[in-house]
Amino acid sequence: MVTLPFEKNMYELKSKIDELKNLAIDQNMDLDKEIRQLEIKLYNMQKEAYKNLTAWDKVSIARLVERPTALDYINLIFEDFMELHGDRYYGDDSAIVGGIAYLNGIPVTVIAQQKGNNTKENIKRNFGMPNPEGYRKALRLMKQAEKFKRPVICLVDTPGAYCGLGAEERGQGEAIARNLMEMSTLKTPVISIVIGEGGSGGALALAVADEVWMLEHAIYSILSPEGFASILFKDSSRAKEAANVMKITAQDLINFGIIDRIIKEPLGGAHTNVDEMAASIKRNLEESINRLLWEPIEALLIKRYYKFRKIGKIVE
Amino acid sequence: MFEFKRIFKRSRYIEVKNLENEDGEKRPNIPSGMWVKCKTCGKILYSKDLENSIMTCENCRTHFRIGSRERINYTIDSGTFIEYDKNMISENPIDFEGYEDKLQELRDKTLLNEAVITGEGKINGQDTIIAVMDSNFMMGSMGSVVGEKITRAIEKATEAKKPIIIFTASGGARMQEGIYSLMQMAKTSAAIARHNGKGGLYITVLTDPTTGGVTASFAMLGDIIIAEPNALIGFAGQRVIEQTIKQQLPDGFQKAEFLLQKGFIDKVVDRKAMKDTLTEILKMHS
Repeated sequence: MVTLPFEKNMYELKSKIDELKNLAIDQNMDLDKEIRQLEIKLYNMQKEAYKNLTAWDKVSIARLVERPTALDYINLIFEDFMELHGDRYYGDDSAIVGGIAYLNGIPVTVIAQQKGNNTKENIKRNFGMPNPEGYRKALRLMKQAEKFKRPVICLVDTPGAYCGLGAEERGQGEAIARNLMEMSTLKTPVISIVIGEGGSGGALALAVADEVWMLEHAIYSILSPEGFASILFKDSSRAKEAANVMKITAQDLINFGIIDRIIKEPLGGAHTNVDEMAASIKRNLEESINRLLWEPIEALLIKRYYKFRKIGKIVE
Repeated sequence: MFEFKRIFKRSRYIEVKNLENEDGEKRPNIPSGMWVKCKTCGKILYSKDLENSIMTCENCRTHFRIGSRERINYTIDSGTFIEYDKNMISENPIDFEGYEDKLQELRDKTLLNEAVITGEGKINGQDTIIAVMDSNFMMGSMGSVVGEKITRAIEKATEAKKPIIIFTASGGARMQEGIYSLMQMAKTSAAIARHNGKGGLYITVLTDPTTGGVTASFAMLGDIIIAEPNALIGFAGQRVIEQTIKQQLPDGFQKAEFLLQKGFIDKVVDRKAMKDTLTEILKMHS
């Protein structure tokens, strides 16, 4: 069991239950009733804790190494995923995976930011921080999807676009900007789902979509809480406080009208039951893709434009 | 009575004002002192000369930062400018503590309502719509108002079949408005996409500094992208990059000339030649 700071009590109770179970077997005792009672208690504790998560708790969940990554979901949601590589200009960025697959028999294009499940994999994936060629690969695959009238599904999970020397030399800003512009008029339905961290412009570059969803404990923000704290509080160690101030949870963002849907996670977070999580995402996708495919593309594009056009709080 | 000692007393020095305030930020407005020291080459410049050379150092070509009003005066034909959305001001969408006070303080200090001025006017007789960002106002950061004013200006240009010119000067998205600021990147870029769809001309002029969320949205989407000499242009901040890659950045990194060399901008144009260059481009697209 993965333990987050707020799960300490639950971890202790879980250990006790396990002890009792062992005892019951070793001593051949009937402790079923006691065990059941404790399990109910644990369930209620979990339920209560997950109802009252702070923004920082969610940051911790969203960043768990054990949190399912894009490829975990892709393999469970889609059939026959075939990965396609390269941006045709410079290289192939392993922080973004993309390809074609079926969603319940419908051909779709899938593009996702990919983190690793361990250190080695994370180094290969650059911790999910794309370089410009990643965004250009994504755009190439989106244009391909447009040509063949395939809906696009993006899974967003990045701390942010990579801040390296080469990334700047190859135009990180231009690559993100172009995606924002091109996605806004892409003539095929686009759904983006923030599955973990939605970090800044690097996340938005895959999230100019007809519908933007978030998993229940995912976060989506203008900058990492650490970066925000360092800029506005001049102290990066105040990240916890920043997380609460920034309004980055799925619940905040649906209230703002910035996202369209929250997909509930299994109790204890997506990592406790990947199959259940994937099945739930799939159900949501099937319904929505079918609905979006029925809409005339011109109407869809107008809606997409105004979806972002209306965001902003001003006084005149 | 004549005091012999006074002959040897040091006369008062002329005060040379440095173009830097306490935060180490360059002050782009015209300094009040008579003399100004160039931050790059150290030459002492007479402020009237500096104004005559539209705030560029005669010695080393350094372009001082200038405010949006001055920029419009230098660019738009006198008496032709009509400002849009002059009174639009920000709300506090994520209830960030102290944000309203900070905005009020800046409005009082800069006499600007926000970090961008938009409007229409003529450049050597040719109609254009223009947006000029101002780094004096919260480092030109883009929140809801900047995003809205720029989007409206682009939409007006699209509708009126006029060109749009945007002078950028920005530290990026405005942190105090959280996710709302991030979404302005999508909003402005989408407006540019529509403008493109109707065959409209879009010119960006990148001035010092153009970074973060502004670089990663409308700044890099011009049909023609011009930059002022030596302007800092990039996505990530230099300190962040140095911390990420744990090495020092080469000289000239993220400067206008660097971007020209890497193929991300069309031209580096001196401020003195800017109006003529814009005129030429507008003419070819009229």
